[in-house]
Amino acid sequence: MRVGLAIGGALTAGMLVLAALSLVWTPYPPTAIDIIHRLSRPSAAHWFGTDPFGRDVFSMVMVGTQDAVAVAALAVLLGTAIGVPAGMLAATRGGWTDETVMRGADLTFAFPAVLTAVMLTALRGAGAITEIIAIGVFTAPVLARTTRGAAAAIWVQDYARAARALGRTRRGVALVHVLPNILGLLIVQVTIQLSLAVLAEAGLSFVGLGAQPPAPSWGRMLNEAQTYIYTAPLLAVFPGLAIAAAVLGLNMLGDGLRDRFDPRRRRSAQ
Amino acid sequence: MRQLGVFLVAALVIGTGAAYAAPPDTLTLGLPLEPPGLDPTAGAASAIREVTYANIFQGLTHIDENGQVQPDLASGWEISKDGLTYTFKLRSGVTFHDGTPFDCSIVKFSYGRAAAPESINAQKQLFAPIASVDCPSPDTAVVELKQPTSTFLYDMAWGDAVMIAPKTAAGNKAHPIGTGPFVFSRWVPGDRIELLRNDHYWGAAPKLKAVTFRVIGDPAAATAALLSGTLDAYTNFPAPEAVARFRQDPRFTVAIGHDEGKVILALNNARQPFSDVRVRQAIAYAIDRKAIIDAAYSGLGSPIGSHYTPQDPSYVDLTGAYPYDPAKAKALLAQAGVAPGTSFTIMLPPPSYAQRGGELIAAYLQQVGLNAKLQSVAWAQWLAQVFGQSAFDATVIAHTEARDLDIYARPHYYFNYASDQYKTLYAQYVAATDAAKQADLLQQLQRQLSADEPNIFLFALPKIGVWNAKLRGLWTNDPMPINDVTGAYWAP
Amino acid sequence: MRAFLLRRLATLVAALLVASLVVFVVLQILPGDPALVILGPDAQPDTLAALRHQLGIDLPVWLRYLHWIGSLLSGDFGRSTAYDIPVSDLILQRMAVTLPLAVMAMALAGVLAVPLGVAAAVRKARLADVGIMGLTQIGVALPDFWVGLLLILVLAVHAAWFPAGGFPGWWHGAGAAFRALILPTVALALPQAAILTRVARGAMLDIGSRDYLRTARAKGQRERRIVWRHAVPNALGPIITMMGLQFSFLLAGTIIIENVFALPGLGALLFQAIAQRDLVVVQDLVLLFVGIVIIVNAAVDLLNAAIDPRLVEATA
Repeated sequence: MRVGLAIGGALTAGMLVLAALSLVWTPYPPTAIDIIHRLSRPSAAHWFGTDPFGRDVFSMVMVGTQDAVAVAALAVLLGTAIGVPAGMLAATRGGWTDETVMRGADLTFAFPAVLTAVMLTALRGAGAITEIIAIGVFTAPVLARTTRGAAAAIWVQDYARAARALGRTRRGVALVHVLPNILGLLIVQVTIQLSLAVLAEAGLSFVGLGAQPPAPSWGRMLNEAQTYIYTAPLLAVFPGLAIAAAVLGLNMLGDGLRDRFDPRRRRSAQ
Repeated sequence: MRQLGVFLVAALVIGTGAAYAAPPDTLTLGLPLEPPGLDPTAGAASAIREVTYANIFQGLTHIDENGQVQPDLASGWEISKDGLTYTFKLRSGVTFHDGTPFDCSIVKFSYGRAAAPESINAQKQLFAPIASVDCPSPDTAVVELKQPTSTFLYDMAWGDAVMIAPKTAAGNKAHPIGTGPFVFSRWVPGDRIELLRNDHYWGAAPKLKAVTFRVIGDPAAATAALLSGTLDAYTNFPAPEAVARFRQDPRFTVAIGHDEGKVILALNNARQPFSDVRVRQAIAYAIDRKAIIDAAYSGLGSPIGSHYTPQDPSYVDLTGAYPYDPAKAKALLAQAGVAPGTSFTIMLPPPSYAQRGGELIAAYLQQVGLNAKLQSVAWAQWLAQVFGQSAFDATVIAHTEARDLDIYARPHYYFNYASDQYKTLYAQYVAATDAAKQADLLQQLQRQLSADEPNIFLFALPKIGVWNAKLRGLWTNDPMPINDVTGAYWAP
Repeated sequence: MRAFLLRRLATLVAALLVASLVVFVVLQILPGDPALVILGPDAQPDTLAALRHQLGIDLPVWLRYLHWIGSLLSGDFGRSTAYDIPVSDLILQRMAVTLPLAVMAMALAGVLAVPLGVAAAVRKARLADVGIMGLTQIGVALPDFWVGLLLILVLAVHAAWFPAGGFPGWWHGAGAAFRALILPTVALALPQAAILTRVARGAMLDIGSRDYLRTARAKGQRERRIVWRHAVPNALGPIITMMGLQFSFLLAGTIIIENVFALPGLGALLFQAIAQRDLVVVQDLVLLFVGIVIIVNAAVDLLNAAIDPRLVEATA
């Protein structure tokens, strides 16, 4: 599984490098229109061909990485910022707090990202912020559950009980003993959520709920490709490959990290 | 040859796979949008008319393929000298699909209902000139007007002015009952509307036994449905990018006709910097219309130079007024004191001409130093925000009403063009009685618009028809968004 | 067990109440007037007012909310302003596309995943295992809508074996309708099958070392019999839990897949109803989606509890 970690790490790093590189360099400006050379096939000049406006698809896929990375990262950050404290609180306090947090998680989890995004879009227009909130809302309960489950398991350990018996406050034990011990697991879960977020972002922008033109986004490129499926079928290939590579990288990284951090706790991370 | 055989077999298999497709007395037509209800007197959506106009519902007059007014349920009429009294001779022996006889009381009811205070007719203003409807005999209707209205016969041909029966009027939205050659049979929401031939039709019986409208708005799905034979025809085909594919295929007829849709980049003339004519002209110079037509509409559609399409009467070709010239655009912007990097928002409604056109326009404006942000909006929001409140900088939109030069003379229309000169010209045009004088004024109006460029006039939408090569009698042109299939039939 | 059920029921009611409030409030703030959407830009102000009155949207907000909830409680879903038919009819018609699609995809995913997961677990760390795991790793990474696009590209555009989209309806024979659902089903099922295969393998490996398997082996039972009679039934818990989770994803996935294949299902209805400002339809649909997700999750917990009663204690 070392190999998996390496491949996953390499793909993820590659995605980040591509996103960073696209900030300063792309083969062509991603919004440069060239009507005469519209819908050209892949060639030495245009590696992935050109789109209906004659824009370079490779450059657009490169710049699309920014959108995927930024939205996924911020959405998961939002989910983590809500989910982890909520889960910690539930495990630390127990009782009614626990019950409330967990039922709240059930409730939030019942709103699929598409549903939230549809409503947010109707309200304040499509865009990256809409996507971040929609995906974040869906991510928070997952992290809350993971955190609560893992933290509860630490609380019944001898050292946690001992610390409590020695007069430490609940909060102190939670911060000093519990949190550091579940950090590895959380990192794994966050990685997995990142890959789900990339998928969700692509889906949302595919149905027009995501980034607005002219900012290239993988999902919207695929949507546009669908109308040209009879005349320029290759347009539907490259953005999809980019999504798959990004998700594959994050998944393999997550799996690899899981094996590394805690081989025994595979199942609780599911 | 063998390949062709295989192809034909494949086509047959697919054809029968779609089952029920096309024995030669039925027709399945594609619809880009599902109608919200089937009552043309209670909604503005063109999809309602595309299904019901002339097929289910008929008015006293109707519009033919060339946009001319023809007699329909009124076999003829007389207009008094003062233009205030219209005496319609009604056809006899006409009944509604439920057996209700059509006579003058129906005319009185239909017009009265549309003009009533509680009316929800989308074009209520068409009925405003009517003072009274009298019935000296069952087959004669006398309509008195409050003021002479030269467009009255044309107005009464609109889908909003069709004849409806008192008993069934309230139910027409879900189960339309009219006097037309086809009877409503079934509506499966989200999927199809089925019509059957009216065996008691008053006119020449239609050749088709059944007509089905299928809602297939997605361009790729519409293409697939035609290729597989699921659809026999799409008279308003939503996928210009697939037209090339059908042109090469002898199984299909591709008919590119005229449409009244004028695609414009509407500018809010009340807002900076668009209140300055030089800025509007600069934008006109900055945009390559030909490229927009190529990329946004696959090269179909014709450039326009004002708010008027080439098939309209007294058309002047003004497309050369602002040739693509970014240098000149920059110079004009500098003259007007517009700093490079000035930004504004273009609102884009859902249709692909707006989405793609908007993206291209933003790219062209970028080249002359204007930073146009794009914002996609749903129709509901566009209507409320852009049209209703004029709360916008710019928007890409198609105006589909025919010969609607009047909107530039209206006070507080959403793009806020305010030109006394234009208003005066328009008033002269309305008052003009002499045909030559009218034509001259129409040309002056177009020139005035081109000079002021209140909006950037981009191109006239084509009406793209794609249908089975054996089909006859479908309309190539679109004088109104309608699908009159009364005369459609299959060649043997 | 009773407390468990009551708690679940309470969650369901609370969730539906919150969802109903959220969606109602959102739709109130939504820019756009349903009357203007129906009557278009030429409509006169008095005509718009007349229609608003007819639609009942000129009533105070709280009254409309109570009216809606009250009707729902008496089983009345309200009336669609766009179609002028009861929303329940509309939803049932659309359900005839979405439900078969989701169920078929779920079934296909299960049928693919369980044997593959078992095979991988049985041949742990051997070539078959590595191969299957590699494939699932890729499968998990594929967006279902992209799989749909590729299927259309290859099997509908190039080979013309399947329709590229659209739905002929069930009333003209199930054959054509079924054909129209095959590609979307496969597109939805493949990524889910990949996830499920991994779960099934994991569950099998956990079971693999249990005592009763050793006992069975010691009794000299054939390995295949041991696997399918003893191991698989005991591994079903995690698999069912995962399928429950996936059903929510599938339901959300159908919203997007319906878009790819132009299917007139619930997802298409949701987008259309929002565009047309058919507010009651949007409200009902959101409640329906949320309700289904919660009910399925509760059902999964119940199933698990039936398989292993100790779980009830654990979640309690």
